[in-house]
This record gives sequence, structure tokens and C-alpha cells, in this order.
Amino acid sequence: MCGIVGLFLKDDSLKSDLGALTSRMLVTLCDRGPDSAGFAVYGAELPGRLKLTLRAPDHFDWKPFLRQLTDVAGTSLHETVRDTHTVVAVPHEREALVRDAITRTPEVDVVGSGRRMEIFKEVGRPDRVAERFGLAKMTGTHAIGHTRMATESAVTTNGAHPFTTGPDQCLVHNGSLSNHNAVRRDLVRNGLTFQTENDTEVAAGYMTWQLREGASLEQTLGAALDALDGFYTFVVGTESGFGVLRDPIACKPAVMAETDRWVAFGTEYRALVDLPGVQNARVWEPEPARVYRWERH
Amino acid sequence: MRTVDLAETSIRELNASLHRLSSSNDERWRVINPRGQHAIAVGLDAPATIEIDGHVGYYCAGMNKRATVVVNGSAGQGVAENMMSGRVHVRGDASQAAGATGCGGLLVIDGNASARCGISMKGIDIVVKGSVGHLSAFMAQAGNLVVLGDAGEALGDSIYEARLFVAGSVKSLGADCVEKPMEDRHKSDLFKLLSAAGIAKEVDVGTFRRYGSARNLYHFHIDNIGQY
Repeated sequence: MCGIVGLFLKDDSLKSDLGALTSRMLVTLCDRGPDSAGFAVYGAELPGRLKLTLRAPDHFDWKPFLRQLTDVAGTSLHETVRDTHTVVAVPHEREALVRDAITRTPEVDVVGSGRRMEIFKEVGRPDRVAERFGLAKMTGTHAIGHTRMATESAVTTNGAHPFTTGPDQCLVHNGSLSNHNAVRRDLVRNGLTFQTENDTEVAAGYMTWQLREGASLEQTLGAALDALDGFYTFVVGTESGFGVLRDPIACKPAVMAETDRWVAFGTEYRALVDLPGVQNARVWEPEPARVYRWERH
Repeated sequence: MRTVDLAETSIRELNASLHRLSSSNDERWRVINPRGQHAIAVGLDAPATIEIDGHVGYYCAGMNKRATVVVNGSAGQGVAENMMSGRVHVRGDASQAAGATGCGGLLVIDGNASARCGISMKGIDIVVKGSVGHLSAFMAQAGNLVVLGDAGEALGDSIYEARLFVAGSVKSLGADCVEKPMEDRHKSDLFKLLSAAGIAKEVDVGTFRRYGSARNLYHFHIDNIGQY
């Protein structure tokens, strides 16, 4: 089953509401995916810095670890601790040093990176996951969330969505792919690395590879139609873009709505009912095998 | 007229009240704040009229008997699925599998219906004023599907005896579905369907083409083995 929500703002005055709106959307789709949940939020950029989202086990003591990391960076990392995740903003020239220091603490993993993207995911009911990370208070320009009912791989934090395989890139998926092993082998030959056996991570990796080769978001999603076989509704985020793609037979449900102020995606219309002005929004079902994308300029 | 606010009343309460309507009761109900919830006004069996203000979720008016259900908005998957009789009118668009397996009654959709409209229909009449998505009338057994706009890929795949009338283009026909001549009796039947949907005066039956089963697939014949 699974549930997907996505919100892409056109009106900057809504930035401070992004987390609250996304949180309500995600919580509505709890019953489509009670196993685990996750979300990526595209917040403000800190000039000259790269945001790393770090994850550690429950009850990990972040303080001494972050003190050490600050010493390595030689400057404040503007860290924000949110339960099992922490976001640090690393000066670009110190990235290699800091990443190296992180590997010396095996409990801590880097789960996402980018100039603007922060990513959070955990097992458990989506409403509790959103609460743990304080999603409702987050701000930014766009966000993508997922509630998971696992079918293809285990219920683990690593198996939760969104998947990210490149800077500021994330992908969520409702469905299951049938040729992910073959595509994964090709991508590994092209230098990509994967953390899980999950089919969705392969779709994310495919996107990263295409974008790295110079394709636009639109071209990337168009190419995915030929490369990926199976059932899917994908919602993807990049630093400035937001895209939607459904498989050619539209196996998995999807509803979109758009106003002058925002574009939103929901697996079901229920997820969109609290968005401001939804009563007058254009509401439609995205067509199968058609690329939809929006970019901020 | 009785008004039920789904912001205050649960779907179960609403449906239980509707199931208690006596068979002779010609009542009018209004449902507000549906907010995309599923299974609204399902399983009715009374000549009542239920008007729903807003978008509804999955299976709205499913298994309907005798009642008239009007949705002043769009409908999620499976609107009027397995309808037996009565009338369901969606003023917006309908998602996938509208009218699926319906045995009778009339489903009118003012906007578009997406994939698999009328899948496995068994006697229902469906009039879509916009277009329908791919695999519409898949394995359709009986009844009529009327489309004023276009039809997507594989219309009428593996169709039995349902009749399909399309005014616009058909992207492709499914297995064993063929175009058939539009004779006067078909035009007369189509006129009745359009009249029932309240649009006979606006639409010219001469603009429609008729599609149905070539009857090669549904009785197994060894010569057709290559088509399976």
C-alpha cells in the first residue's frame, strides 16, 4: 500500500507553514503505511555550507560526538539535534575531514546531504515519527513524505523512505519494481553505491546517475519510464525541483492539486483537504507515463 | 431535508442511518464536509436522494440500490462499484474503476473518468461526458458505456456483450474488441441513454461510433490459441 505526500510552495509567504502543512498531510495517511515513515524538507541554505543529516541509534549521546566534530571542523556546525537525527552544516572545504571523523564513530551514519535538504526517517507510526522529529515546526520551500507498508524488504529504518543517493536528491515510491537487481548492477558498474537491497533505492540511484550525466529532471523521469519495470508512483525532490511519475498502467493511486500558491501530491485526496485554498484548487489525477515537474527559479 | 455533517458524524453512523431508511421513503439528504473520506453512502436500498457537497474518496455509492446519489465534486476509486439500480451522478471527475462490476442503474460522470472505467460491468449504464482512461470496459459483460470524449488504450479488452459508444477518438482497442456498424436501433438506444443522462438535446447520436465484442475469445476455440 504506502502513502505519499508532497508539497511544493510557489508562494514564499507559506515557507514558515511548510512543516505544519506537510505534517498534517503525512498523519492523514498513517493508515496507508503504519510500519514506518520519513520525510525530506528543503529548508534554508547556509552560504558556503553543506548540510549533512546524521543518524544514530536511540539514546545516543550527541554532545561529546558533536564537540569532537566541531573541533575537527574548526568552526561551529550550527547543529540541530532532532531525536535520533542531527543536521550539521559543514563548510564545503571541511567536508572530507568531517566525513572522515564521522566514520570513526560507527554508530553514526550520514543519511543525507545537500545544500538545502534535510532527511528524517524511522520505524513506527507516521504520526509518532513526525512528532519525534518536530516536523510541524520545520520551514522551507518543499517537502516530500512517505508512510510505509513494507512489501519488498524488511521494516527497518534504512528501508523507510525517502531514499537519497545524491546531494539534495530524494525519492519516495509507492509500488514495487521487478527489475531492480539488474538496474542496480548497471548502476554499480557506473560507480554508484547502495546501502540496502531495497527496490526503491535503485530508483533513487537511477535518478542520481541520470542527473549526474547531465540530464534535466524532466529527462531523468522520462528515461526512468523505459529503464524501470514494475508498479510505481514516484515523487522526487531536488534542490529546486519537484517531480511526479506514474507507471504506464497507473497501478498505484495518485491525486494532485495546484493553486497559485502551491502544488501538492497525495496518494489520496484526503491528504490534501487541509491545504489553504484547496476548495478552489485544480484537483486532478496525474496521467500514467507522463512526467510532471515543477522548478523554483 | 436532513443534513449530515461528516466533520461531526462518522461514516459508519451516516451509512447506518441511510441503511435504516424504509423502502418507501422518498427522502432527501444532504452530506457536507466529505473531505475525501471513503465509503460514503454505500449499500443504500431505498428511493432516497443523497447529495454530497465536496470531493469523496473510494467506493462512494457502492452497491447502490434504487437511491440517487449526487456528488458535487470529484470521486475517488470505484465510485458506484457494483451498483444494482438507481442513479449516481458525479459532477466532477472520477478516479479509476468507476462503475466497476455494476449490475444495473445509471452512472453519470460530468468530467473525465480515469483508467478501467466500467471494468467487468454487468448491466450498468455509464455515461461519461469527458474522456475515459486506459482499459475501460475491460471484460465488460453487459450494459452500456457512453463516452462523449476520447477513450484511452485497450478499450473493451476481452469484452463480452456490453456495448460501447464513443464520440471522440479511441487510442486503441483491446483484444477481441472491434468497431461495429451504428444502426438505427443502436442510435435509438443511445438516444435513450443520453436522455436518461439529461443531455439528449445537446449531443448528436450521429457523432458516435459503436464498439463491441468480435466474439472470438470468450468461447475457447483451438484456432484462437495464438491470441491468448
